[in-house]
Amino acid sequence: MNEITFTLNGKKVTLSARGDTRFLDILRKELGLTGPKEGCGEGECGACAVFVDDRLVNSCILPLAAVSGSKVLTIEGYRQTKRYEILETAFLKEGATQCGICTPGMIMAAQNILSQNAHPSEEEIREGLSGNLCRCTGYNMIVKAIRRASKSGDGPW
Amino acid sequence: MWVSRMRKDISSGIDNVEGREKISGRAQYTSDIRLEGQLYAKTVRATIAHGLIKQIKLPEIPDGYHTVDYTDIPGDNVVNMIESDWPVFAETTVNHIGEPIMLVVGEDKEVINAIIDRIEIRYEPREPEFGFNTSIAKLNFKKGKTKEAFKKADRIIEETYETGYQEQAYIEPQAFIGYPEDEGCTLIGSIQCPYYVKKAVMRTLDVHENAVRVIQAYVGGGFGGKEEFPSLMACQLAVAIKKIGRPIKLVYEREEDMEVTTKRHPAKITMTAAIDAGGKITAIKSHVGLDGGAYLGLSKVVLSRGMLAVTNAYTVANLTVSGDVYKTHTVPNGAFRGFGAPQMIFAIEMFIHHIARSLGEDPFKFRMDHLVRQGDLTATGGVFRDPIIMRDMIAKATDISNYHDKYREYSEKQSNRGIGMSWFLHGCGFTGSGEQDIIKAEVRLKKDTRDIVHILTAAVDMGQGPKTTLKKVVAGVLDIPVENVTFANPDTRYVPDSGPTVASRTMMIVGGLLARAAKKMKSQWVGGQEVVVSEKYAQPDYVKWDQETMQGDAYPAYSWGVNVVEVEVSPITYETRLKNVWTVYDLGKAIDERIVRGQMDGGQAQGLAYGYMEVMNHETGKISQKNLTDYIIPTAVDVAESHNHIMDNPYPLGPYGAKGVGELTLVGGAPAVALAIEQATGQKINRIPATPESLMELMQDE
Repeated sequence: MNEITFTLNGKKVTLSARGDTRFLDILRKELGLTGPKEGCGEGECGACAVFVDDRLVNSCILPLAAVSGSKVLTIEGYRQTKRYEILETAFLKEGATQCGICTPGMIMAAQNILSQNAHPSEEEIREGLSGNLCRCTGYNMIVKAIRRASKSGDGPW
Repeated sequence: MWVSRMRKDISSGIDNVEGREKISGRAQYTSDIRLEGQLYAKTVRATIAHGLIKQIKLPEIPDGYHTVDYTDIPGDNVVNMIESDWPVFAETTVNHIGEPIMLVVGEDKEVINAIIDRIEIRYEPREPEFGFNTSIAKLNFKKGKTKEAFKKADRIIEETYETGYQEQAYIEPQAFIGYPEDEGCTLIGSIQCPYYVKKAVMRTLDVHENAVRVIQAYVGGGFGGKEEFPSLMACQLAVAIKKIGRPIKLVYEREEDMEVTTKRHPAKITMTAAIDAGGKITAIKSHVGLDGGAYLGLSKVVLSRGMLAVTNAYTVANLTVSGDVYKTHTVPNGAFRGFGAPQMIFAIEMFIHHIARSLGEDPFKFRMDHLVRQGDLTATGGVFRDPIIMRDMIAKATDISNYHDKYREYSEKQSNRGIGMSWFLHGCGFTGSGEQDIIKAEVRLKKDTRDIVHILTAAVDMGQGPKTTLKKVVAGVLDIPVENVTFANPDTRYVPDSGPTVASRTMMIVGGLLARAAKKMKSQWVGGQEVVVSEKYAQPDYVKWDQETMQGDAYPAYSWGVNVVEVEVSPITYETRLKNVWTVYDLGKAIDERIVRGQMDGGQAQGLAYGYMEVMNHETGKISQKNLTDYIIPTAVDVAESHNHIMDNPYPLGPYGAKGVGELTLVGGAPAVALAIEQATGQKINRIPATPESLMELMQDE
């Protein structure tokens, strides 16, 4: 057992657990944050994606010890932001969510794409989404939603 | 505001009513649900493909931990489905690797794993069977006089087609959670068919209707994979809950899900055509073989839908069609979007193209000469009663894709590019009299004193959007805002059995019943008073079907499609890159264009990938692909931008003219991409997926 401290969605969290515990399990089971989903458990599908110190990572292959002292943002924190609102509207208007299990991860990937490049090309969007699997939409409507979000608002990205 | 829009045209898209919940991560899927005092269950599985269980040695089981096996089943040790031959837990024989033998249940997953590691099972192995040898179900039908047509034939052409496994690969693995209630249990799960689950659990627990309650949680994708398989898990979990008396959660990890859940049947299809002196196909003989896996389950119905698609969008006067489901000691195969049709549509589309080529005819003209017309007889002697607008659809598709010019260009000059086109239909709803004789759908609408209308059906929204579209239908008929209509996730305590969420039936059948119920409610509407109306399915009088002989109208209506795909195949790696995809569909009438477009993009991605990308196989009964790292499905960079067109052709009995859409968007993908790859490589493709490895083999065989 280790005592590990990190910042979660702006709040300091300290918990004692084994350092090799999957961070996704900490989020979902210990902290009750079920926005990040488990699709594959192997870092392949991106449904569990969260930001650790502004870097997009798959929390299913992240040991708890790796977030010690870090700043973690999950969909629960991100959905409080203006940028999230823009993405939510864009996803709704473009019909970019179907079953929805991949969507929180897609939103995080979208934030990752747009925060690096406010006006990405279609190719850059597709490249930026390639770590997130969706089996329902065929991706095109997600790509369109991100394009729409990049054009909306008053330079939010 | 959308109400006024809707009056103009119901097809105008509205925001998905579940969208915000899902996008924000608030939607609760089964694995997100936690119940006070819940235990976890994990399945102990067979490690050999075929054999007898001689002995099971359990380690010492700590307090608070339990094993649950067939001896705990109060009722039948069989999963109730169309053919009930699938045991809930293996008793003395195992028939495939991964077959469930028992559950280990307790509080801590690590302790459960440690117990499972120490369970010793001694088998007496038997020779496992693989391949297309032992038939466990047969079907056949005839049209016209095939023998005579073959006697008079100028030429006879025969080809054999093979298709591989396809895994549904929903992003949410299979999951259930349940708890004891009264003398039975309540089960919450990721399911397409609440009443399939309920009936299966009633039979296994041997309890009456009120003792089993099934509730749908948010479903993270189904594609058929959550049609019959969840019934197996539910029965196991219900037995465990009955024995232990605590809430229990049974959630698969991806590897377990890939190894043991149902998949699309590998198929072997032989097609033999008789051609007359005028170059017309006068007869086809066809045999369809499906690898059923260890148990029959739904395979015979899958076989039936496959066989019925034998002539696809063409008319052939004489047919002899037979089919077999073969038993193999592998994971049972089952429902997957398209349900047998993708295999057959691949075969017939390639076949008709190949026939034209070997006759020296232009394939496009040859196909046009055989294209079905309104009034023609179907493969089973039924009638295509409704208008068919395929000629307009084909014209549209060839126009927007510039098909003819590209086809000519890529034919004349080897450029590693190719363009392929598929034409296809899909029967909507259950095959034959299934809706009337087996499903007997019932829907209910309830208006409360606040004039809020509640939709009560067992239809499941697994992403395909019925929460939005069925609400639109009801609101539209009642002429009230969609916000005044509710549609909760089905709970069998409150909703009637409107049937399973399968077979492209939800909008046409359930939506059709809801539209009628709404009409009835409108005529009885009294503001501020409770009104309840029900509707039950009745087959249209003119639809006649004989299940014994497989003669008559196999489906009440058909949706139609055209897919055009342009590819580039690397001459070095043989990798296929999709350049462009164009589609045109007749689904009657789109109830929500945004949702229908989502179906088109998604179905097409699955259907195309089935043709060239998704590889699954087994080695002596063990599925080789373990996770999404080695079972490759398309990513955002693999799909091409799509150009989709919807052409209205309202079906009189569908709500607002709607027919089925879900499966239609998948079934034509594989032949379109395979034909494009044929042109790009100059290699004849009779087997999918057409992967770089298989293309390389074809090249080397030259």
